Amino acid sequence: MKLPNDATITTDLLHPLLNTSWRFYLLVAFLGSIVLMGLSTWIFQMVMGFGMTGINNPIFWAFYITNFVFWIGISHAGTLISAILRLVNAGWRRPVTRCAEVITAFALMIGALFPIIHLGRPWLFFWLVPYPSSRMIWPNFRSPLAWDFFAINTYLTGSLLFLFLPMIPDFAIVRDHSTGLRRKIYGVLALGWRGTTKQWHRLETAMSIMAVGIIPVAVSVHTIVSFDFSMAPVPMWHSTIFGPYFVAGAIFSGIAGLIIAMATLRKFLHLENYLYPLHFQNLGKLLLMMSLLWGYFVFNERLTVWYGNHEADMNVFWVTQTGSFSPLFWTMVTVNFVMPVIILGIKRFRTITGCVIASCGVCVGMWLERFLIVVPSLGHKYLPYSWGTYTPQPVELLITVSTFAAMTLLYTLFAKFVPIISIWELKAGKHPSPALFPEGAREHPLGEVHI
Amino acid sequence: MAHKWGLAVDLDRCDGCGACVTACHAENNIPTVGEMQAARGRAMHWIRVERYWEGEFPNVRLKFRPVMCQQCDSAPCEPVCPTYASHHTADGLNAQIYNRCIGTRYCANACPYNVRFFDFFNPAWDKPLQLQLNPDVSVREVGVMEKCTFCSQRILATTIQAKAEKREVKDGEIKPACAQACPAKAIVFGDLNDPESEVSRLAESPRGSKLLEDLGTRPNVNYLQRLTEA
Repeated sequence: MKLPNDATITTDLLHPLLNTSWRFYLLVAFLGSIVLMGLSTWIFQMVMGFGMTGINNPIFWAFYITNFVFWIGISHAGTLISAILRLVNAGWRRPVTRCAEVITAFALMIGALFPIIHLGRPWLFFWLVPYPSSRMIWPNFRSPLAWDFFAINTYLTGSLLFLFLPMIPDFAIVRDHSTGLRRKIYGVLALGWRGTTKQWHRLETAMSIMAVGIIPVAVSVHTIVSFDFSMAPVPMWHSTIFGPYFVAGAIFSGIAGLIIAMATLRKFLHLENYLYPLHFQNLGKLLLMMSLLWGYFVFNERLTVWYGNHEADMNVFWVTQTGSFSPLFWTMVTVNFVMPVIILGIKRFRTITGCVIASCGVCVGMWLERFLIVVPSLGHKYLPYSWGTYTPQPVELLITVSTFAAMTLLYTLFAKFVPIISIWELKAGKHPSPALFPEGAREHPLGEVHI
Repeated sequence: MAHKWGLAVDLDRCDGCGACVTACHAENNIPTVGEMQAARGRAMHWIRVERYWEGEFPNVRLKFRPVMCQQCDSAPCEPVCPTYASHHTADGLNAQIYNRCIGTRYCANACPYNVRFFDFFNPAWDKPLQLQLNPDVSVREVGVMEKCTFCSQRILATTIQAKAEKREVKDGEIKPACAQACPAKAIVFGDLNDPESEVSRLAESPRGSKLLEDLGTRPNVNYLQRLTEA
């Protein structure tokens, strides 16, 4: 195989931007119609009343909150992983970072929609914003939901900046390779980038600041999401382990989402020369580690509840362990722990296909994990008289499906309008002023790829 | 002196007739959701009579427990509300401001007693039942939480009347609908800050206990445990 040189990097990676096939339009139309269906389902739900969902007394939170936690979890793929890989200067990160960072941005946007979709009166969601109203009423800063609002907005703002900064030089490249309206648009996006030493220096500084800053923000976001549960005196919610457990779970599902996205890009955009099996193997190892960590957390959570033997907790414990939710629970353990450990732990299976199979399992498993945290606990609170169960209704299923389509659609459009692999970072070795770069950045454009 | 409203429920007197539930529905404009919705778990009863069986047949013992909002001093529903719809009043009630509620339903999750209810649809009454709506109580629209208020409209009316007459509220002068309707006089309402009131006297009873007291919610409803066999 021939390593791509500067000229082929530019032509290869600009190819999807400058050429559009009919299949792209077909895909966008297909995904767009699913998203439109989801939106109209939401409007239907608002017009007909929230009772169109399967929510009941006492299961006041279910699918929507599961989706919320799931998507916020997926969002940890990007920024966190890319920030860590940047900070440790892992050479193999170069083709990976952007497709990871963009997952964060879109998954957060979708995830942040769910708390609004799940509101009884979604048209009043702006009451969470601390704006100076004539009635002088502020949001209740004691409420974990208010913390959520700030945490997610901080993370979204940070992630968008972190995504945008390294895109500036690439926008300039697109600008220089196009004409007419496209040149104008990318010219605006490139913010007058000329590639001067001063500009490179400022970009590097800004990116270093963002990389350091975004890590604590990412950790805090999912901790605060876990606080939505652990702050309430509900059996098996009220637990100190939830913070780290949720962060680990989020990174876990995030890596799985990233692997699936990368494999899809590699296949459909023909990026075999840029995304090597090595990238998947490295991410696969990371996924394996997170799978073990996740298993450790679940074991901890379950063991302490069982040993503590508190009556209310035990009701929830047994209903998930052997009761009506047990098929879901053991499916979760299988796809989140048993399968990844077998597939990714054995070197022969740690291929691209193997990684993708394990990742799909992890995505399903992590969705189930959130569902199993939300629903069984609410259905088995302290007074057995008001126990209940939950069946999802069509509106919830349709909206859930449409968010997966929305994610794919946004990702497809992004890959269409922005080089999905950072062109300048691949070429970083040939930078006009290499002295500005740390030692690690001066290696081969593709990093330590041994082929 | 500020009031601290509380209830005492004598479980020895409760025979589970359900008059309190009906009276509460009538007083507080609580919609009846119908068979279909009730089967889906959307029934709304600000007060409910929980029925528990003890023992094995034929030696069974039936227990009733009317459960309404416990108006906790340290209520888990209050801090979790992001918009202050659920908040604590000066006289110790957990108030719910319907207009301020955006329907996160977090309060209902946090409530260990499951006494908060969500309006899944706009309320409707079969004609001519809309004519019996209580004008003192607002009708709640779709998407908000509602719950027992200890009949705050009655508390307010009586305290205003007493103030106009320049006197204190007399013990037993305020009766929530459930207490008024109870044929066995099992439910007693009053001021827990007044040591002479009947509700304070009952709270001192050795049979007295509070529901799920170990959760630290400090409820203001005292249950007098049942001693008689039947």
